[in-house]
Amino acid sequence: MSELQLKANLSRPDDFYAALLAAHEGLSKAESDALNARLILILANHIGDQSVLKQALSAALAARHPAGGNT
Amino acid sequence: MTRIFETPLYPYRRSADQDSSEPAHHGVVVIGAGPIGLAAAIDLALQDVPVVVLDENDKVSWGSRAICFAKRPLEILDRLGCGDEMVEKGVVWNLGKVYFGDRKVYEFNLLPEEDHKRPAFINLQQYYFEKFLVDRVLDLQAAGKPIELRGRNTVTALDAGENGVRLTVDTPDGPYSIDAGWVIACDGAGSPVRSMMGLDFVGRVFEDNFLIADVRMEARFPTERWFWFDPPFNKGQSALLHKQPDNVWRIDLQLGWDIDKEKEKRPENVIPRLKAMLGDDANFELEWVSIYTFQCRRMEKFRHGRVIFAGDSAHQVSPFGARGANSGLQDTDNLVWKLKLVIDDKAPESLLDSYDDERILAADENILNSTRSTDFITPKSEQSRVFRDAVLDLAGHFEFARPIVNSGRLSVPAIYDGSPLNGPDVAVMPARSRPGAPCADAPIADGWLLSHLGNGFRLLTIDADAPDHIEIDGIGIDRLALSARDGRAPALSERYLGEARSAVYLIRPDQHVAARWTAYHEENLRLALRKATGRARQEPDQEDDER
Repeated sequence: MSELQLKANLSRPDDFYAALLAAHEGLSKAESDALNARLILILANHIGDQSVLKQALSAALAARHPAGGNT
Repeated sequence: MTRIFETPLYPYRRSADQDSSEPAHHGVVVIGAGPIGLAAAIDLALQDVPVVVLDENDKVSWGSRAICFAKRPLEILDRLGCGDEMVEKGVVWNLGKVYFGDRKVYEFNLLPEEDHKRPAFINLQQYYFEKFLVDRVLDLQAAGKPIELRGRNTVTALDAGENGVRLTVDTPDGPYSIDAGWVIACDGAGSPVRSMMGLDFVGRVFEDNFLIADVRMEARFPTERWFWFDPPFNKGQSALLHKQPDNVWRIDLQLGWDIDKEKEKRPENVIPRLKAMLGDDANFELEWVSIYTFQCRRMEKFRHGRVIFAGDSAHQVSPFGARGANSGLQDTDNLVWKLKLVIDDKAPESLLDSYDDERILAADENILNSTRSTDFITPKSEQSRVFRDAVLDLAGHFEFARPIVNSGRLSVPAIYDGSPLNGPDVAVMPARSRPGAPCADAPIADGWLLSHLGNGFRLLTIDADAPDHIEIDGIGIDRLALSARDGRAPALSERYLGEARSAVYLIRPDQHVAARWTAYHEENLRLALRKATGRARQEPDQEDDER
């Protein structure tokens, strides 16, 4: 089973973050939600592996809580 | 014009049982003459098990209702002797188109696998389906088979004992009683038998209404399945167009939850909706209009002693994926041979518990699939709609999103993995034919494989030696000897041999695989047959004492 990458892996974190914000610029809340949904689906398909995707869902849910809190 | 579903096909006739001073006894009584009850009765009669069918009505079902019949049920109908009529009358389709808003996002071809006698699906009105089954009942009667179909015989009370069931039956001449060794309740989702026995039927209710309008019109559309998400003519909802025989078209429009059903059903409200979809100049005639809501639920157990539930009485799904009648036919396919062995005292009554094991597994699979389709078609939250719409938008641009689009995952048979009846497997043979799986059809020198299997246990050998007939514990097993060297049958090798050079399959009467080996050994067969007939707990070395 593949492990979800949770160590820093982005080649250019600041550039990616800026590009993400730029993509949302000028969009309504509904348009932004739709963009996020499309992006999640595209990235999920790229990953493909159901076990990695499930780890990603768990990691995202767990991060609702403050770090070091009860997850 | 008198429609087929308005004509009594099995009108009430007084039976001798009604004049009997003591309740007459019948081996098996089937309650309900819908597709499932009729199929059960035909199957029993073919095995020479006397059967009486009681139906509160005397006609086939009102309106088209179930219209989509999949390959596996068609193969079962072949075994019952009435597959040809269905397929000849039915409409075969392969192409589906999916629309989102006012644009087509993609189309798909079911591309059925080659080398099967039957197509992946046919569309056929339920009333034709039932009519052909009633015709088959009459043919069997004429041939002297022990089958009776009693119209306008309504079961009003039921007293289930350990060794049989007493039924009180109401008729136009008043009530009478009969005793049944076994009862198969095929009386539909609202099953009166289930209510009379106070049994549960829990699951999930979907807060939605769908309008079904079947219209007759000259075909302007090709024979395809068209599905719309959020179309301009039914904003925020879904729609379906599907062809049936005789230029009848199924139109299914989602209406939402807060509607006035009686008002929506009136032609003056239905016709404008259809014109918005089909165009103002469309020339059509309404054949049948209905509004349905649905639930996904099942009984906790399908067998309750001598009363066994099959079809919608036992489990109910949303219509997306055509998993209602299709799964019901597989219920009785699974049940009847087991019941026959138990009645003939060749298997313990506990064999019938494997009906629960195997068909509950199938029901759960159907409920899971149809629930997922429903959640895609009618998103239940704002976020689920956002994702649903994102999938549809992406599907228009990229191939990857198309498999996520879910307008119904069409019915495929369940594989009874983990069934207590399953015997040994061979790892190098194809997974699709593993123990528990239904046999895939394949062309063979003498026609089609499936027409040589079923009704009894069979030993299928491919390039392997075995006796042509063997009798074990009173159960006869005929061999079907085939060769992969035949040249006409690459499909046979692909589907049954895989990496193996020879194969021996024990096939159940319902055409599911019980066990498989690379070579024949009588002792292995004996053990596998015991397992497949629910006698696995007996010690194998006692066999000589028992015979």
